Amino acid sequence: MLYALCFLLFMVGLYGVLVKRNLIKIIISLIIMESAVNVFIVMVGYRKDGIAPILNKTMQHQELVQRAVDPVPQALVLTAIVIGLGVTAMTIAIAMRLYERFGTYDIQEIKRLKG
Amino acid sequence: MLEFIGLLLLFMVIAAIVAIETRDLLAAVISVTAVGFGVIIAFFYMRAPDVAIVPIVVEVLILVILIRATLRVGLRTFIGNRDFFGMMVTMAMLAVIFLAGIRVFNDFPRFGVPVMARIVDAPSRFYIANGLKETGAANIVTAVLLDYRAYDTLGEATVLFTAIMGAIAVIRKKARKKTTEPEVSEWEE
Repeated sequence: MLYALCFLLFMVGLYGVLVKRNLIKIIISLIIMESAVNVFIVMVGYRKDGIAPILNKTMQHQELVQRAVDPVPQALVLTAIVIGLGVTAMTIAIAMRLYERFGTYDIQEIKRLKG
Repeated sequence: MLEFIGLLLLFMVIAAIVAIETRDLLAAVISVTAVGFGVIIAFFYMRAPDVAIVPIVVEVLILVILIRATLRVGLRTFIGNRDFFGMMVTMAMLAVIFLAGIRVFNDFPRFGVPVMARIVDAPSRFYIANGLKETGAANIVTAVLLDYRAYDTLGEATVLFTAIMGAIAVIRKKARKKTTEPEVSEWEE
């Protein structure tokens, strides 16, 4: 059920990428898709009544082994978030350059002006 | 607990629909940031504090960059979507992808059962069992990020550096002067 909601969020982003004409709206849709995928990957590693994979002094090591959530998806999502920032900055830079060149964010008008 | 994450996801879906469908670009930018902060709260509730701290900075940066792109003098708003035939094909494809995806999620394990619990020799189990002994890090996520998969982090830094360099190169107004041109610089005149 929660996976399906996450997938619905991804589909909303995909709809925006495919249907919208405004370049800013398309970039926003890309950000939404990225958020949905990140939440989904962390969800895959979640354990019911789990604890964060951090050992503290009051805890036995065996308790961590039995109850910790999966650390590998969290590490990978941490990487993906930072790369997402770089990708978003790159797309916005290209969009701003297109605006300076054509004076609009409308992709159909840009296509028409270019011929 | 489960209901809370469900409500949070529902809120994120609604904010995403608002962000995509509203006509005001500034409102859309703020709505997408609302989606991002919903993601952060979901990370906290799913016991991922390390992952939850980083996107706070990332969301604020994206908000600032998007507002910079949105604040234009005389920015025209246009309504309507792409042409009709393309819309129909797109909607049909979206419906097909959605139905196929829902069938896939039926085969997934229940929410709350991690993937590593079903695989006997999953690397996650090894990391949790031996992380403190082998790396000396009490935080297993940090141990994975900076020790077991350190090359991954190096690649991440490289990708981030390259993307930011590309953005700067695209956005820069003046090109650098070529050295073969005759030397007429401002301070010589």
